[in-house]
Amino acid sequence: MTELPLIGGAPVAVEPHLGGAKIGVVTFPGTLDDRDAARAVRLAGGTAVALWHADTHLADVDAVVIPGGFSYGDYLRAGAISRFAPLMSRIIDAANSDAKLPVLGICNGFQILTESHLLPGSMIKNDHLKFLCRDQVLRVENNNTLWTSDYEAGQEITVPLKNQDGQYIADDKTLDALEAEGRVVFRYVGWNPNGSRRDIAGISNAAGNVVGLMPHPEHAVEPGFGPESNAGTDGLGFFTSVLNKIVGGAQ
Amino acid sequence: MPRIVVDVMPKPEILDPQGKAIVGALPRLGFTSFSAVRQGKRFELTVDGEVTDAILAQAREAAETLLSNPVIEDVVNVEVVEA
Repeated sequence: MTELPLIGGAPVAVEPHLGGAKIGVVTFPGTLDDRDAARAVRLAGGTAVALWHADTHLADVDAVVIPGGFSYGDYLRAGAISRFAPLMSRIIDAANSDAKLPVLGICNGFQILTESHLLPGSMIKNDHLKFLCRDQVLRVENNNTLWTSDYEAGQEITVPLKNQDGQYIADDKTLDALEAEGRVVFRYVGWNPNGSRRDIAGISNAAGNVVGLMPHPEHAVEPGFGPESNAGTDGLGFFTSVLNKIVGGAQ
Repeated sequence: MPRIVVDVMPKPEILDPQGKAIVGALPRLGFTSFSAVRQGKRFELTVDGEVTDAILAQAREAAETLLSNPVIEDVVNVEVVEA
């Protein structure tokens, strides 16, 4: 992995005490955003560990990020082939275990998590059929997950959104259960960019250790390189949230 | 060599954005008799040798676990086609 800084300095407050926490970033064939995700982990103060899809162990990481991209070219269905990678079996077991490994799926990572049945529902093609790339406002509906605790409930954040198969769907019973249990973690604000049911941008599992969303917090972690609002660093909270939880839990 | 054909369709209650785009294009070519289009997938699994009941059962299992996502799709047909 490339050392910081890739470009320029890193004018983000890094908390040195978080440095011992290791967050794995998984690379599949066709993953695009693993470097950015690893960089976000480091900017938040953690240690990024590169994981390869064919690995059969998790390298003792404290949390895992499944980044975006087009793993296996989105062939068959987005995330459908990656879901059966050897490392995914380890991640599924660890996420469902008593240890409740924190797992964040971003974009294609979210699609892999739904294909893995770690999260309910599925993604289909955007209702307007076009690939869309824009800065997107989201509302943090639940800040009690391991990945959102550094946000305020109801806080609006702006992060990039870029996808073609971003329309979140599930049956009404599943959607009602997600709403009732507070598992809708993020909702699109102002405009629904892809036809997702009930404006859902991201959800969690029942335990709150597994979170998936279509927009890209890892692209909004550094001033000058993210959206223009709020210094462009609204996505950093995902990574500081989990690092603070890991370090706090270990103390 | 025999093949096992698996047909997968989006669930009826799920809007099929691709089908919707296709039905919009048909009248522009003068095909005005079609009021709806749904787009599915056809898989052809080639078998070296005879298709036994066990192999057909494997194909059905593969259809449900990998070839389709039961949240959004139905396996509508699994059949053997002799070459």
